[in-house]
Parts: sequence; structure tokens; C-alpha cells
Amino acid sequence: MNEYNFAYLDEQTKRMIRRAILKGLAIPGYQVPFASREMPMPYGWGTGGVQVSAATLVPEDRMKVIDQGADDTTNAVSIRKFFERTAGVETTEETGRATLIQTRHRIPEETLTEDQILVYQVPIPEPLRFLEPRETETRKMHSLEEYGLMHVKLYEDISQHGAIATSYAYPVKVEERYVMDPSPIPKFDNPKMEMAAIQLFGAGREQRIYALPPWCEVVSLDFEDHPFEPSKAEHECDLCGAEDSYLDEVIVDDAGGRMFVCSDTDYCRGRRAAGHVGAQGVPYEEGAA
Amino acid sequence: MYVAVKGGERAIENAHAWLAEERRGDTSVAELSVAQIREQLSLAVNRVMAEGSLYDPDLAALAIKQARGDLIEAIFLIRAYRTTLPRFGASEPVETGEMVCDRRISATFKDAPGGQVLGPTFDYTHRLLDFKLAAEGEVPEAPEGEAKGGPVPHITGFLNREGLIQTEDESDATPPDLTREPMELPASRALRLQSLTRGDEGFVLGMAYSTQRGYARNHAFVGELRIGTVEVEMEVPELGFAIDIGEITLTECETVNQFKGSKTEPPQFTRGYGLVFGQTERKAISMALVDRALRWKELGEDDQGAPAQDEEFVLMHADNIQATGFLEHIKLPHYVDFQSELELVRKLRREAEGQEAREAAE
Repeated sequence: MNEYNFAYLDEQTKRMIRRAILKGLAIPGYQVPFASREMPMPYGWGTGGVQVSAATLVPEDRMKVIDQGADDTTNAVSIRKFFERTAGVETTEETGRATLIQTRHRIPEETLTEDQILVYQVPIPEPLRFLEPRETETRKMHSLEEYGLMHVKLYEDISQHGAIATSYAYPVKVEERYVMDPSPIPKFDNPKMEMAAIQLFGAGREQRIYALPPWCEVVSLDFEDHPFEPSKAEHECDLCGAEDSYLDEVIVDDAGGRMFVCSDTDYCRGRRAAGHVGAQGVPYEEGAA
Repeated sequence: MYVAVKGGERAIENAHAWLAEERRGDTSVAELSVAQIREQLSLAVNRVMAEGSLYDPDLAALAIKQARGDLIEAIFLIRAYRTTLPRFGASEPVETGEMVCDRRISATFKDAPGGQVLGPTFDYTHRLLDFKLAAEGEVPEAPEGEAKGGPVPHITGFLNREGLIQTEDESDATPPDLTREPMELPASRALRLQSLTRGDEGFVLGMAYSTQRGYARNHAFVGELRIGTVEVEMEVPELGFAIDIGEITLTECETVNQFKGSKTEPPQFTRGYGLVFGQTERKAISMALVDRALRWKELGEDDQGAPAQDEEFVLMHADNIQATGFLEHIKLPHYVDFQSELELVRKLRREAEGQEAREAAE
């Protein structure tokens, strides 16, 4: 596919996106409008992340793409192939070897470093959207730092359910200024957002980019008497025995039998390769599933 | 022993191969050519060009073939291709007053300079399935007359002379470009019109229809509907003057709307405007009605709270490529989010059960 420019987008478009990224890094958590382009994959399937990755990639990069924590989910495969074809960059499934990771709905378990960039695909960048559908109103609320509505919503959750009934896309406050949507990652991942790597968020359909520079302060919203709690299934991985990783629940038979496995497939593979075996796991063999 | 599902890559490749086979259909039936689609399904081609925002009948026909006739999919192919095209510059504004009209009708005047020209329309056909077409599609040649020639003036121009229709502010300002800048709200009329002309035909039609049924009724007459070709001129910097670079077919609709006056405007007629690539008159008329409904603020009308008056609602939901992508993305795996919801629901249920048990014990 050499009839397309490196990483598909033309250089002018990349510059426009880079300007939005830089502005986003300068104002952490602020949603920067950008002129999102139509990409050869549908809106809602990661076009924002793909554009941010395309504008950020250099030929020396080594790229990893995950969806739900896994490298082999169909859309992750599709996006990875897109960049293999249009940018010709090396790809990897190993978190530690990747220089740029595009993700949907997860932050890898392995601690990221300052040499890495994490690109999130974002469906609805506006944390206030489901409280106030109008963009004209929500932009005003951000500029006035008027987040009372969000606190009332969280409070109502507690009064109705005894707990904050948000389990993913759990809102955060960045550097004591902007309330930000962390994209639909499980709230288990929220504490990881204070990290060494640069985090970039791309919402293609909604034409917004936002960013977190390294070690930016990211606080999950809560109340003193109802502190934020990252949660996961109270279980360990049945394949690798990990107790600290986010787990997927898999239905294994029609009698309702189930098992729990790491959502981060590379993390699980790494642990098994290092000799860890879970309750239902078998010793790791190179090349086996 | 459970083995995590792998092989996404092979599954995708096989799905694509199957898709290609299904697209071709029964191989004992002759394959469609792009030229056949372009010539014989031209209204589909027009819609794809209009909503794809790219005037190229051959590419639109190819997209329809590749998309198995799914027009939104074809529009998507065109939009994605459009992204990769370099932009050389902008044309001069096209002069629709000098359109070579195939069709030109007015519902407000029985006759007017330039005449009423029905053109190739379905309007007065009886919608009876023509079984002869199932056997053969050859048609006798249509009778031809002498073309009238000369420019066909806009009907609203005649009303303008009497001051009966609201005059639009003239401006030479460069309009904003929806495809190069993010949508900003509130939007100017130019931006609204850009959004509507590439908006989904069904959505714009539905919005227009809602105004007719009383949700921000603005009683529209089709002042004029014209379809024909206009020349596209572009100024080439090296030459220093504008040259013809081609011609395109457009559908233009101007509605004349009743207006009893408001706090700021005297009683007069007002306009809605529709302009769409190709022969696409349902879309052009719909666009004009929605345009008029969205103008309530500048005309000092009341906000009736109708959907078609709500700029953000209309503009943010008119694009079928955005809509279909986001709608269909819920097919993608969401098991991480679902898992966290499962845990939350289980926790809330445990707590609710505990509460009940405590209450029963008391």
C-alpha cells in the first residue's frame, strides 16, 4: 500500500493533529477540538486513536494494539494490520517492547515507562455528556469549572444504591482542574493513570483530543466517607494465578461453569512463561495458545 | 482445559473472502460493470456523491458495487477515499442562476420567465411495476425539443423586487469548511447548510417531515426547484484568472415560507435553501425545510422546542457515517466493561439482600 503516505494520513493532517496533541498536553484533561478525518474504519471503532497514533508514529516505533486488554481481539488485529500496511512499523505483543501502545478499554498491567506512549480510543470524551447532552452547555460547565452536577449524580448513586454505581469510564479530576473521562476502562485501571508514559486520548467521531503528560495528578472522584475503590473479580487468574490483574469471566459450559482469566493476554503469557500456573492452567509451552 | 480464543486474524481473512464471494453472487449471472451502475442506477450514484461529499460518478458507482448496494457503506468508502485526496484549492462560487436546467419547476407561480420544465421526473408516473422491464430494458427514444437557451432567473428574485421576501445578507467571507475544521456550535448558516447537504437523506427527510406535521411548522412552498449542470471555475494562481475546470449536476431548492413577522422582522416571506450534488430532489427539498426551521433565532421567531429547530440535535445526528459507525461499534467486544458491571450488580444485589435480611430480623 505504498500509494498512501506514511501511516495513511497526509503530513498536513498530521501536523493539525500534532498541534491538538501538544495543546492537550499543555492543558491536561482539556478536550481540544480537532478536524477529525474520515478513516477507512468506521467511526466508533477507534478512528480517534488511529489518527492520534498515525500522527505520533515514527518509522522506528514498535507498536502494540490491544482491545479489552488482548492483542488478538478482532478489532485490535484489524488496527494492527492497518499500521503494518500503511506505516510498515514493527509490531509486538509484548508490552515492555512496545514504544507506542494503542488501547481500547484497558491499561496494561505492566508498569509503563517514560519511553512509551499510550493512546486510548475514546467513544464519548465528554464526562458530563450523560448528565447534559448539549455540547454548548458542557463546554460552558468546563470553562466555569462547574462540576456540581457530577457530584450530585455520584451522591444520588450513594443514596440510592449505597455505592457509586459507575464501574467503568469512572470520572477523574486532572491537576485539580478538568473533570475528564478516562475512556471506558474499568475503574480498576484508574489509579494506573498517574504514570511515567504519555497518555493521549483520541475521539474521532466527536472530534476531540485530550492528553495527560507523565506523572500528571489524576484523582478519581469520590467523597471522604465513600472513598474511591478500584474493583475486580475477587478471584485469581485460573491460567497464571495472578492476584493483581484485571480478570475476564469466561463461561466454559452450559451448566453455568466459569473461570477467570487475565484480560491482559500479554501479562498472562509472561507470567506463565515465568513458571506461574493457575488453578486450571498447564505449564507454559512456547508457541502454544 | 480452557484455551483462550485465538485466531482473530485468520477469522478476519476468511470473513473477507466469504464477503467477496457473496458480493459477486451467483457466478452464472453476468457480473455488473461499474459503467452499468453509473448509467442505470444513477440516482443511487447521486446520493453516494452527495453524502460522500465527492463529485465523481465513476468512483461512486465503484463504491456501490463494492458495498453490495448498501448505500451508506458506499458513502463510507467514498468518504474514506476523500480523506486521502490532496486539496489543490477552492473553486469560485458556482452560479446556479446560469444553470443549464433539465428540470425547473415552481409551485408558487403558474408560469415565469424560463418556463416550467418537468424534466426526467417520477412525479406523475403511476407506481405500477413494469413487468416488461424484467424481460428487457430497451426504451423508445424520448421526443426532443429545441432547448430554450439563455439564463433561467431565480423565482425568488421576482419576489425580491417587491421587497416581499427577506433579503439575505451578502458576504464574500470564506465560509467555514466542515471537512477541515471541527464543528463549532452555535453554527453559522453556511456551516449548517454544509452539514445538511452531506447529511443522511432519511434523517433530513424525517426532520423536514416533522416540521410539516407541526413540530416548528414553517409552511413552505417550493418557490423553485431546479436540476441541471453548472460550470465550475477555479482561479489558477499561475494564470491570475478563473478557468473552467468542469461541470457538475446540482439540485437546488428554494422554499418560500409564510412569515407573519416577529419582534425584529416585518411580515414578509422568508426562505429555506437546499443545494445538493446530482439529481437529488427529495434531499434538496428536505434540506430547505430544515434550513428554514433552523433559522428561527436569526428571524426572531419563538423556540417551540421542536427537534428540527434544535441546531445541536440536528447537526450532531445528521451524518450517517458517524451514526452508523457508533451504532455498529456496540458489536465490538465490551467484555471488560461488562465484567465490571457484572461485579457491580452482584455487589449491589448482595447489599440489597443483606439489607432485607437485616430488616426481616428486626
